[in-house]
Amino acid sequence: MRRNIPLLGYVILCALTIVLAKADILDLYVQMILMFIGISIILATSLNLVNGYMGEFSVGHAGFMAVGAYITSVLNVMLFTNSSIFGPPLLSPSSAIIFFPLTLLAGGIGAALAGLLVAIPSFRTRGDYLAIITLAVNYIVKSSIENMQVIGGARGFSGMSSVINSMKEVVDLPWTLIWILIATGATVWILQRFVSSIYGKGIIALRDDEIAAEIMSVNTQRMKVVAFMLSSGLAGIAGGLFAHVLGYINPGTFTIMKSTEVLVMVYLGGMGSLSGSVLSAIGLTIALEAFRPLQVYKWVIVPLLLILLMLFRPEGLMGQRELTDVFPRLRRWLGLKPKLSE
Amino acid sequence: MAILEISELTHFFGGLRAVYDLNMTLEGGELMGLIGPNGAGKTTVFNLVSGFYRPSEGDVKFCGKSIAGLRPHQVTALGIARTFQNIRLWNSLSVFDNLCVSQHHQLGYGFLKSVLRTRSFHSSERKVRKTAEEIIDLLGIRHYALELPKNLPYGLQRRVEIGRALCLRPKLLMLDEPAAGMNPGEVDQLIKLIRWIRDEFKLTIWLIEHHMRVVMNVCDRMKVIEFGEEIAEGTPSEIQQNRRVIQAYLGEEEPVHAHGM
Amino acid sequence: MFLESFLQNLLNALQWGSFYALIALGYTMVYGVLLLINFAHGDIFMVGAYIGFFIATLLLGQYAGSSPSLSPVLVFAITVVVTMVLTSGVGVAIERIAYRPLRRKGASRLYVVITALMCGLILENGNLALLGASRRNFPEMLSKTAYNIGGINFTNVKIMVIMTTIAVFILLETIVRKTRLGMAMRAISYDRMAVPLMGIPVDTVIVFTFILGSSMAALAGVLFATAYPVLEPYMGALVGWKAFIAAVLGGIGEIRGAFVGGFLLGFIEIFVAALFPSTLRDLIAFSILLVFLSIKPTGIFGVSRATKI
Repeated sequence: MRRNIPLLGYVILCALTIVLAKADILDLYVQMILMFIGISIILATSLNLVNGYMGEFSVGHAGFMAVGAYITSVLNVMLFTNSSIFGPPLLSPSSAIIFFPLTLLAGGIGAALAGLLVAIPSFRTRGDYLAIITLAVNYIVKSSIENMQVIGGARGFSGMSSVINSMKEVVDLPWTLIWILIATGATVWILQRFVSSIYGKGIIALRDDEIAAEIMSVNTQRMKVVAFMLSSGLAGIAGGLFAHVLGYINPGTFTIMKSTEVLVMVYLGGMGSLSGSVLSAIGLTIALEAFRPLQVYKWVIVPLLLILLMLFRPEGLMGQRELTDVFPRLRRWLGLKPKLSE
Repeated sequence: MAILEISELTHFFGGLRAVYDLNMTLEGGELMGLIGPNGAGKTTVFNLVSGFYRPSEGDVKFCGKSIAGLRPHQVTALGIARTFQNIRLWNSLSVFDNLCVSQHHQLGYGFLKSVLRTRSFHSSERKVRKTAEEIIDLLGIRHYALELPKNLPYGLQRRVEIGRALCLRPKLLMLDEPAAGMNPGEVDQLIKLIRWIRDEFKLTIWLIEHHMRVVMNVCDRMKVIEFGEEIAEGTPSEIQQNRRVIQAYLGEEEPVHAHGM
Repeated sequence: MFLESFLQNLLNALQWGSFYALIALGYTMVYGVLLLINFAHGDIFMVGAYIGFFIATLLLGQYAGSSPSLSPVLVFAITVVVTMVLTSGVGVAIERIAYRPLRRKGASRLYVVITALMCGLILENGNLALLGASRRNFPEMLSKTAYNIGGINFTNVKIMVIMTTIAVFILLETIVRKTRLGMAMRAISYDRMAVPLMGIPVDTVIVFTFILGSSMAALAGVLFATAYPVLEPYMGALVGWKAFIAAVLGGIGEIRGAFVGGFLLGFIEIFVAALFPSTLRDLIAFSILLVFLSIKPTGIFGVSRATKI
């Protein structure tokens, strides 16, 4: 049973958080920050898969987030609330508590399909050109949403808070927080397992030398599809959760600024280090919250931070190492197997 | 039985004719050499066989099946492995991981199983690791198994690259200038290694080499090309006497020994 | 009737494409020399428009103490020249402060690209922070005169924009083909390793490239502001991206590619707007980019280079 120590620890931590939130010891503001931290972790780790492990340069993560946010929100509002756009709910509002994870997943799948828009061009293009493709996809998503008047166009879309409320009416718990905690844990768990398997290491081989990877039996096209779809799908789930934290979204929420925020997290934490991304997502979310009084200057400081990082410590905080590499003892505490049989 | 049959293989880069009407056959268990002056198109032939380029004309048959037009990873999965002129190891993966990842096609599981870690996942990972460890021990590089390739000396990197190709359990191993950049001591070891590999793994080896000591000591038979066309084929001693070859390498009226033959 | 509206749109497209072409030049030249997509370039265009705004208002005597007696055409000419000089300064400063140290360290190209993207954001948001979100009206220096020949409407400004762009094209082609620095630029894009060994001062060539690119962006900025006199900090972002699309369409690294791509995108956008609701314009432009990059990443004039193994 030693192998499940990380999982057990995380479950206890989450349970504690929920109990504290329920008992109002963590006030709404702290809960809000916790939720943003969780979403940041999902975004940063999932982007790290593409930008770090696979070594591509995607600058359109917010676009996939938007796809997920809109699909999940529209589904939820359509199914569980009485809205001016879609009329009376299609299912009973109280059933939201069961179907919420499914709509969340639908958002993720939608975003993963949008990820194909980047994955397929990536067969032929790399580097800066692919970066532009990701950016173009981001603009295409934003512009498409703006042109869909049914879901509010540029004015935005709301009604998600009544979905959360109807969940609370059934069982009074901080549901958004709970789902964010679950999704965050699941994201890190999935990604960690994926990149540590030999299958997943094919992505690292692809980054180091794509030609050698292809000639040494790695199906590089399939690996690219898997990586892009997984990354964008997780971003979509983060988007769905984000929409339910805010209760209102508009296409302007998901611009290159949002993508940049995530980029900073990835490069600050270190390309190809999941624990680095987690740490920097936590740190940067808190820091951004602290910068809030600076208003627009925040958006001068964040890019500046990244420029300085590129100049003085381009490998980020952790480089490609994980916490277990920095503190080897952690491996034993967490009950991980040695890397090579003795 | 012929393991590789190349017939009328031709390749153009735009207007440039890199390989023209090349015909050759490799018998199973043979140690074949491919030599020629710089720019003769040797590596292009390798790239055509391994699927990195699609031939403009002609066909490549491996074990009787046409492989022209397959993607590289499909060719590899059929049993053709190769190394590269300038070492192409994955430098942020350890030596051990390099050897594991090169068995990607044999994993037999996909994304979902890599996350869910089913029983079949564990058994196939175990199998792949076992193969990698076997090769590591056979090549005597266990001591370096967890090092990053870029931190190893050059000769050792070559050895790891050959090991990575062997992990694919190939029927045909193509070595692209394995002795390039090696010192004399490393070359001696390499000659022994190549022969030993052929006997130990019972495979066919096809190598490109400029280093005449390697070619003459290792190859059973060799083919010489110049400007993408065949100019000679035969045993090392026949090639050594071939006027056409001497001309290609040294120009007219030059003594052979000047090149270190 | 059909022909008239076609010609009218054609003229509009030429003007619209001119802006793209002028900005695309900067992308394409920097890419040719540094293999860097200078993501900050669109914002250099914005900076150019703002600098032009301040110079023009200063010259027109809207600030106390300056001479109000200059003729409008002269004011315009001075504004253009001074703006080009100052904006080049901004472009070169970014190269010096942000890109060169990275190049010296031999950093991966990715880090330079990220830095470029961040420089653009700093220019946008720095402007927003310093000058506020309110839009500014570009002063009218040249009195717009509208003409109508055979049912086609055009203004002197429109004609000037198109003429200037054609003149710039001829000028740049000459510079690149005939001058030493221009030839050095081409040499660098052809073989990056050999050029320093041949005694060509690479940094000088790079600075020269940034000067050319930034001044053309500044020119575009002033012309754009003259035609559409509303300035806001994010004006460079979208136009910049579109210009980049133009550069890619034409084949990045090729000067004629920038012009052909610029006009092509101008035509596409104007005719899309004429046939469909104008809100679809960006969507279509970016979709074209996506499709084009997926099919022929090297653009119209670009040549792909074979990977060697």
